[in-house]
Amino acid sequence: MARILPYLLGGISVGGQYALIAIGYTMVYGILRLINFAHGDIFTAAGFFMVYAAASLPIYVSVAVVILLTIFMGVLVERVAYKPLRSAPRMSVMISAIGMSYLLQNVMWYITGGLAKRYPIIPWISNSVTILGYTTKRVTIITPFLTLILVVALVILIQKTKIGMAMRAASRDFETAQLMGIKIDNVISFTFVVGSALAAVGSLLYFSNYATVTPVVGAMPGLKAFVAAVFGGIGSIPGAVLGGFIIGISETLTKGAGLTTFSDAVTFALLIIILVVKPTGLFGEKPTQKV
Amino acid sequence: MKRNRIPQFFIIVGAFLLLLAVVLMLDNVPGVPVMLLIVLRKGAIYALVAVSMNILNGFTGLFSLGQAGFMLLGAYTYAILTVPVENQALVYQRYPNGGIGFSVTESLGRVLGQPGLLLGVIICLILAGIVAGVFAYLIGLPVLRLKSDYLAIATLGFAEIIRAVVQYEKLGPITNGSNLLSNFTNFSNFHLGSLKLDTVMPFVFAGVCIWVITLIINSTYGRAFKAIRDDEVAAEAMGINLANHKRMSFIISSFFAGISGAMLAMYQASVQATIFKAAMTYEILLIVVLGGIGSISGSIIAAFLFVGSSEWWLRFLDNTTVLPNFNAKLLFAIIFAAIVVGIVFLVVYRQNKAQKSRPEAVGRGRKILSLKLSGVITLVVGTLLLLGDLRFLISPDLQVPLLRSGFRMVVFSIIVMIVVLFFSRGLMGDRELPDLFRTGHKRL
Repeated sequence: MARILPYLLGGISVGGQYALIAIGYTMVYGILRLINFAHGDIFTAAGFFMVYAAASLPIYVSVAVVILLTIFMGVLVERVAYKPLRSAPRMSVMISAIGMSYLLQNVMWYITGGLAKRYPIIPWISNSVTILGYTTKRVTIITPFLTLILVVALVILIQKTKIGMAMRAASRDFETAQLMGIKIDNVISFTFVVGSALAAVGSLLYFSNYATVTPVVGAMPGLKAFVAAVFGGIGSIPGAVLGGFIIGISETLTKGAGLTTFSDAVTFALLIIILVVKPTGLFGEKPTQKV
Repeated sequence: MKRNRIPQFFIIVGAFLLLLAVVLMLDNVPGVPVMLLIVLRKGAIYALVAVSMNILNGFTGLFSLGQAGFMLLGAYTYAILTVPVENQALVYQRYPNGGIGFSVTESLGRVLGQPGLLLGVIICLILAGIVAGVFAYLIGLPVLRLKSDYLAIATLGFAEIIRAVVQYEKLGPITNGSNLLSNFTNFSNFHLGSLKLDTVMPFVFAGVCIWVITLIINSTYGRAFKAIRDDEVAAEAMGINLANHKRMSFIISSFFAGISGAMLAMYQASVQATIFKAAMTYEILLIVVLGGIGSISGSIIAAFLFVGSSEWWLRFLDNTTVLPNFNAKLLFAIIFAAIVVGIVFLVVYRQNKAQKSRPEAVGRGRKILSLKLSGVITLVVGTLLLLGDLRFLISPDLQVPLLRSGFRMVVFSIIVMIVVLFFSRGLMGDRELPDLFRTGHKRL
């Protein structure tokens, strides 16, 4: 147990971060039926925003600035790359998403010169704590709790508010929702706002643990978070959270077993197993096929 | 129509032979820029892999993102089979007794000389394709039951798994773990007398493969693929076995991806698993999109354009440039301004015209400009660029702004995004090159 514990803690922490990113994927997919490939890069961009903001602003102000900038960027990506293609075939939108991800990566590479940037130390959450004889950063402990708090808040938002109701309606039936007078563009933008804000929080937690940011660092966590979203059943928020934790824990346990080469592969193996056994994921609804 | 076939076939073969002759000449005439040769070689290889991806995405309508994984399988198969025995100790430094103890190309080359070497290469290329094809069959069993984006993400996942497995330490004696495989037979091992064949060989191999692909696409199987792409339910109703044909398309596509991976290994003269990342698949996908989804000749043209601009024509964007004097600066600023004004004018003019001819705009009185949001953004961005240009002109600085390492890829990805957003049919749409010279009837 004592040997597994650090990996388990690490897994829960990484899992929480994946969960926060995965929510962004799952919400966008729920409404637009689109894998937002650029989401992982928005997550990376949030890391860079923090690096640059913290260089000139007080740390807590920059946290707020980072979240706002990331939200702006998420909405901008939607407006530029997805909105013009609303009536285009799904494949075109997906290609646009891949192109956007490519563009963001290249822009970040250009601005940073491709060098790894040191992530600023956020006081308190980066401090070391000792738990059950195992020393770790406080962020490891906070992440799962913060994730759960945010998710509960999100679920309340979706279940109890008007915009939440609009989002549920849009994800159930896009066109009918429009006919019922829901301003679909606003709903979609709001989805991107929420998704990007959570990605920004996820990035704060993730990079506090890893200390450096590079332009392509977000690609893998992004893909894994997407796998988490599919695992839990895409479109389902509790599913995304559970998926995030499962992916995170299995990844760190693989590392703990000395098979670091396979830590990424395990994630995808899980994906393929779930897709074969239960294609809709753990909590997903069965899509109806129309002729 | 039927009578037309034979001359057309000869025209295409003749054009291809002529192309080979030109390429052979370029390779052997001194003074040809080395960049051109690099673009030709890499372009031919990318053309093949783009066409192979087009079989799936363009002709069968299966959105697969596993191409890099199959290329990796092909590249490794080829490299493992062809490292000469005496080099194996050197290549597999970290694994004593590594390597397979024989080399197909070397054994054949020793018996038959250059023809044997060539035969060995062909055998190994085909084996590379077969290995990729066998894996595609196995992967296809679970994955091909999935649809659209699930299929994309599952194939992407498989490519990542393959990459991880190849780098696994325990497989080191065969795959060399995460280290380079090198010193195997490559294009520069071939000579015809004193003629270098470095560039001709990728053209010949890619040309033959693409020709075979065209035959498949135009066969009954190819028509079945297209039927599946257009409407799965209707295709099934017409008696097409969906599972069989999807599997076939997946295997064929992977087979050729494997061959192109092996050719990429030959071109680079070394192979390492880390280059076959998802980013590589994305690049190939973007080539397919640029060329037009469902157009073989479009993929080929786009592959050369892609390789050319990313390796060569846009290179200057990566170098910090200092202009020699004020006149050069003035000239630069004017040319830049002209380009910006031209593009903005074109966009605004076209949109204005299109907006004004819309029925609801008629009778609204005369407006000088009526634009959509994108037109307004173009205007604003154009103005900002012009202001920046002016600022550069009046500043004492002679160094061209923005140009530094990485800018090339930014410009490049912006171009890609513009094509994706505004010219979603790509260069060719779903037409082929001969269609452009043909008038009257449209081919199905």
